[in-house]
Parts: sequence; structure tokens; C-alpha cells
Amino acid sequence: MSKLLIKNGTIVNSNDTYVSDILVENGKIVKIDKDISISDCDVIDATGKHVLPGLIDLHVHLREPGLEYKEDIESGSKAAVHGGFTGIACMPNTKPVCDNAVTVGYIVNRAKEVGLCKVYPIGAATKGLDGAELAEIGKMKKLGAVAVSDDGKPVATGQMTRLVMEYAADFSIKLHAHCEDKSLSGDGVVNEGKYSTFVGLKGIPNVSETAGVVREIAIAENFNKEVHICHVSTKESVDAIRQAKARGVKVTAETCPHYFTLTDEAIVNFDTSTKVNPPLRAESDRLAIIEGLRDGTIDAIATDHAPHHVDDKRVEYAYAAFGITGLETSFALSYTKLVKENGFTMSKLVKLMSENPAKIINVDGGKIEVGECADLAIVDLGADWVVDKTKFYSKGKNTPFDGMKVSGQVFATVFGGKIVYKEDKIYG
Amino acid sequence: MLSKKDLLGLNDVPKEEIELILDTAVNMKKLLKQGVKKLPNLQGKSVITLFYENSTRTRMSFELASKFMSAVAANISASSSSVAKGETLIDTGKTLDSMCTDVIIIRHPVGGAPALLAQNVKASVINAGDGMNEHPSQGLLDMLTMKERFGELKGLKVAIVGDIKHSRVAKSDIFGLTKMGAEVNLFAPSTLMPSGIDSFGAKICSSREEALSGANVVMGLRLQLERMKGGLFPSVAEYHEFYGINDSHLKLADSNAIVMHPGPVNRGVELSSSAIDADVSLINEQVKSGVAVRMAILSLLTKK
Repeated sequence: MSKLLIKNGTIVNSNDTYVSDILVENGKIVKIDKDISISDCDVIDATGKHVLPGLIDLHVHLREPGLEYKEDIESGSKAAVHGGFTGIACMPNTKPVCDNAVTVGYIVNRAKEVGLCKVYPIGAATKGLDGAELAEIGKMKKLGAVAVSDDGKPVATGQMTRLVMEYAADFSIKLHAHCEDKSLSGDGVVNEGKYSTFVGLKGIPNVSETAGVVREIAIAENFNKEVHICHVSTKESVDAIRQAKARGVKVTAETCPHYFTLTDEAIVNFDTSTKVNPPLRAESDRLAIIEGLRDGTIDAIATDHAPHHVDDKRVEYAYAAFGITGLETSFALSYTKLVKENGFTMSKLVKLMSENPAKIINVDGGKIEVGECADLAIVDLGADWVVDKTKFYSKGKNTPFDGMKVSGQVFATVFGGKIVYKEDKIYG
Repeated sequence: MLSKKDLLGLNDVPKEEIELILDTAVNMKKLLKQGVKKLPNLQGKSVITLFYENSTRTRMSFELASKFMSAVAANISASSSSVAKGETLIDTGKTLDSMCTDVIIIRHPVGGAPALLAQNVKASVINAGDGMNEHPSQGLLDMLTMKERFGELKGLKVAIVGDIKHSRVAKSDIFGLTKMGAEVNLFAPSTLMPSGIDSFGAKICSSREEALSGANVVMGLRLQLERMKGGLFPSVAEYHEFYGINDSHLKLADSNAIVMHPGPVNRGVELSSSAIDADVSLINEQVKSGVAVRMAILSLLTKK
């Protein structure tokens, strides 16, 4: 019988914030009260710190099976708990593609062996991500898939998108849509605008994403199905989602810390760690993303954690892989940019990083209450620190945030009532 | 002396250094015109051209400039080296560094590749054209040609007409000329005009007439015919009719205006044959300026 007592932390839920102790027994929260005193158990002194429901990330690339030189389930899980995440949903663009129950089962089992956090596989929407035939969505759901996606690219056609939305709904899961009109993106590698012209790299216009978003919304609306929009980066996408929600379309959306932290100005030195799809956009887009998060148009912050080996990035910009590693900077960037600089409350942040993500994939978590699973992130909001990619647990050091000063640091992560991370140490 | 190890683009070269290069090139050109083709400036230095794209005049021009100044010069083409076996740019650069190379002159299809190379080698790197980014020695030779004709660059009106979007020459000309106080007018089909180019000091014109009116320099840019396959323009004939320059268009320019083109020219496409061969055409003079400017760059970059 394992017990854990978290003393004197400020508990943050999406609807309230208060100072209290939390007693955990057998992985569950059994008591929340002031001055719980109990002997013979582990204690975390959370005085002056904030206790959040464990963060949940809807969009992570764990690269296993097949691309373990970039990341694997173990290194990705370590990175997750280092970043305060107790649940991560992983995308199916592995080798082989996770488009079948066997691979879903493998990921679930391997994640359990590692045992640091929950890993929720997202299955491919179509076989091989090819957009031609439906993947075995029912079988994948049965083994633990929480959503389907052809992420990395859009579901190839409008017709296939319709079929995926309809069929997935039969199994109570939905499409997580990578929205992009590939013909508009061409072989672009950065946002189209004055900075793409300045550096002479091919541009990807805003409408490349927005045209995709509008298509997914229109199909979901026509057939009255749910859709979740991945990694929103443009002002026009935010507008389209806002209008769709007002009409009652069953649409949810996520964005990523890099879209509300950086702009395409960051590309001027050809630093390939800034290469990501969708690309870093203009300041007007960055501001619109923040407003979209504020007014609830965008429901969740996901990382699109896309770890790459250094060899995939130490090449000419156009040849470098797309992607930013994100699990270990997400909380600090979100706290710094949204709470400190833009007046979001901690409750709002919990909603964006835990409660809403849990709802979108229909899993437990997102609140601190008696009876809930003890998945918690204990954070020190007073800590100012400098991002150092060499300290990442992720194999992917591809971050444009290295050396950036940020505020808010994960102090400890509790998963299933067990301390899995505390003060720079992982406890496996 | 130049403040940086490398010449990657005119965007980050200060005005004074552009002036220094041009002044040095004026002297080099005088010597060339006197038939002097052996100077000691690069004695004991090795220069390698590393070209990942085809080139005749730029490569030859750099090679001759090196040899005229007594350097040891060698060439690598992407197709005939280990590049074809998939060696990375950084590894290739380190290999050349290990061979005691003093200057690497690189042409590459991707913007920023020379900068990546420069960060990873001890040798000086000269950008001989990278993707749609810059072609600084071309920008400098264009400025030298203009300066010799008009005395100074300040106040000149330069019209650049053609495929601006894919043109690293236009980029370097815009960065260099605006820094030196010249005005740059741009005209192209909208499909070949890059977004936001006007934020770098050039003016986007809505007609050939507007661009050319009162211009001191009329510069055509090469239209790569494969752009047609990408749907960026419908036909050569239509392009020439609406965006090409012939004698009657030249009459819109200043009475002393000159015609320029970075070459190679598509006759009858961006410029009519008569415009190319006109007395006011300095296209061949540009080539001569090219050798002189490259001598100046090599000499200044290797001077300790």
C-alpha cells in the first residue's frame, strides 16, 4: 500500500484555485484537506508551488517503432514527465505506420513497461497514411487508439475525409486533422512573406493551412460529425474555427507553443531548428492565436513534439526535416507567454493543457478531485530559467528555444500516485 | 580589408565595404584593360569552386580571377564528386578545409547553404549564388558597371524587369543599390513577384511604363523556361508581349539609359535582340566587370 502526501500546494483546477494538502493512496486521490497529517508515507513539500492536474499532450511523435534513432517510447516518456505531462497521444507516422491493431497494441504495452506516463496511440486514418483505404479503425480503437489521423499530411481527398469522419464516429473516436492544401504548399519550407523573400527560401502561404481547415469544417458540418483541427498556425484558421463554433459545428482545435511564441522572423539565420510544418507565421498570426486561445476558439495546447536526430537538421534548410521538439519547453513557454505576458489565469492554462485535451480524446484526467487518478504536475511559477537543450531527456535536441529565458518550471510529476520526476531526476 | 571572413550576401555588407570593393575593382579593371593578367595578390593561396548547379560565366570568371592573381585554383562539380554519393555539405566543407583551402566559392540550389558552409569551415566562403537568396558578386559587378558609366550610384534609377521571384541577382541588386542610395523599380507578372519585396526598399510597379519611365538603367532578368511548366506564365510569346523589353520601351527610359542583363540571355524573350545588341547595351561590359569585381573580392578577403 503506497501513500503519498503533497503538502501545502496551491491546487489549480479549471474552475478554482486553493491551498491544500493532497493525500494519495493506491494511485488515487483519497483526501484533499488542510493540514493532513499522516506518518509513514512519502511527502512532497509543495509550499509556494502550484499543483496542476497532469498535463496531457494531444500531439506527440514518439518515433517508435522504426525511427528509434530520433526518439523512442522510453526517451519520449522521460521527456514527457520532465515537462509535467502524464498523458501523451502519439501520432501514427512511424515505420511501419501505426495503421493496425498490432502496432497500437505494441505501443500501449511498451509504454506500460516504461511506466512513466500514459501513452495514447492515435491510429492512422487510412492504410499507410496513403489516403486510399480506411485503416482498421475499429480494431485499433479496441486496442487503445484514442483518435485517428494521417498527420504529417492531410487525409488525401475530401471524399476520404468524409468516410473517415463517418466511420470513426461509429467507434466514438474522431479525426485529428492535419489541415493543408498540398498544392498551395508546393515545396515550400517557411512561411510565405517578407522573410521568405528575404532569405530566398520557398514559402508556404497561410491559405495552404486555412483551405484545409475550411474543408474539414465543411465536411464535418455537412455530415454532422466531429473533427479536431491540429496545430493551428494562421489568423484565418482561427477565424474559420471561431465562425464554425458559432454555427454549432462540432469542431475542436489545438495550437502549439511555437505558434504563440515565435514568428517567421526567427528564420533569418537559416537555423533549421525553426523549420516546422505548418511554418512559424507572422506577428499578426501569433497575436490571433493568442486571442483564439483566450476566447476558447482554440481548445488546447499541444506540442507537436517532433524529435529529430541532429543529422536530419544539420543540412541545408530546404533539406532539413520539419519539426520542433516540444515536451520539455511547453509548460514554461505557455506560462511565460500566456499567463505572464498575456494575463491568462492558471485555471485557464490548466483547461488548455489538461482538462480540454482529456475531453477531446475522452480519457481520464484534467482535474484534481477526490477519487481521481493521481496524475499531477507540481510547478514552481517563481523559477526563472534558461532553456538548455543538452538537459532534455528527449533524443531530439531540435529546438529554437535553446538559450531562451523562461519562467515557470516543473518541480515534480506524479503519475498513478508515484513520483516519476522530481528536481532533475527521473524515477522509473 | 573586409570585416567578415566570408561574402555571403550584400544584405550584410556595410556600405563602406561595398565602396572599398568597387574602388578596388575599378583598379583591377584598369589593369585588365592594360592586358595585365598576372598579379601576386593570391600567391600561395588556394581557391576551390564548389558548384552544385550549372554555371559557365560565374565559375569561369572566378577561376580566371583567381589565376590572374596567382592562386592555385581547382573546381568541384556536384555531379563528379562524392556529393553524388550523398556526402553532406558540412562534411564536404571540412574535407576541403583539411586540404588547406583558403577560399571556397559555392553555388547551391538552396538559400542559406553558403552560410551553413561558412559556419563550419575555416576557409573564406564566397557565395556564387544560393537558391533564391543572393548572388553578391553579380550585384557588385552590376554596381561597378553602373558606377563606371554614371560616376556614382546615388540617385540612379534602376528598373529591373523579369522573374524577380526566382532571382538571387535581383535580391543582391536591391540590397546593394538601395544601400548605395539608388532607386530600384521592379516589374514582373504577379506570379513572378515575391511577396514583401517592397519592404526592402524597392518599388513594385504596376506597368512596364511606370517601371521604365526615366530610368537610367534597364535591366532584364533571365526567364527560366521551365517556369512555364509550373504554370507561372502561359507562353514565351505572351511573356514577351506583355513583360519583354524592346526598342520602343527603351524610349521611355532616360535618354542616357543603359541596358543590362546578368546573362545568359533568351533573345526575344526578356529582351528583344535589338535591345541586346544596341549601343547602349552593356551586357558584355558586365562580364568584364565580373572578372575585376571577383579579383577585388578575392584579394580583399584573403588580405591579412
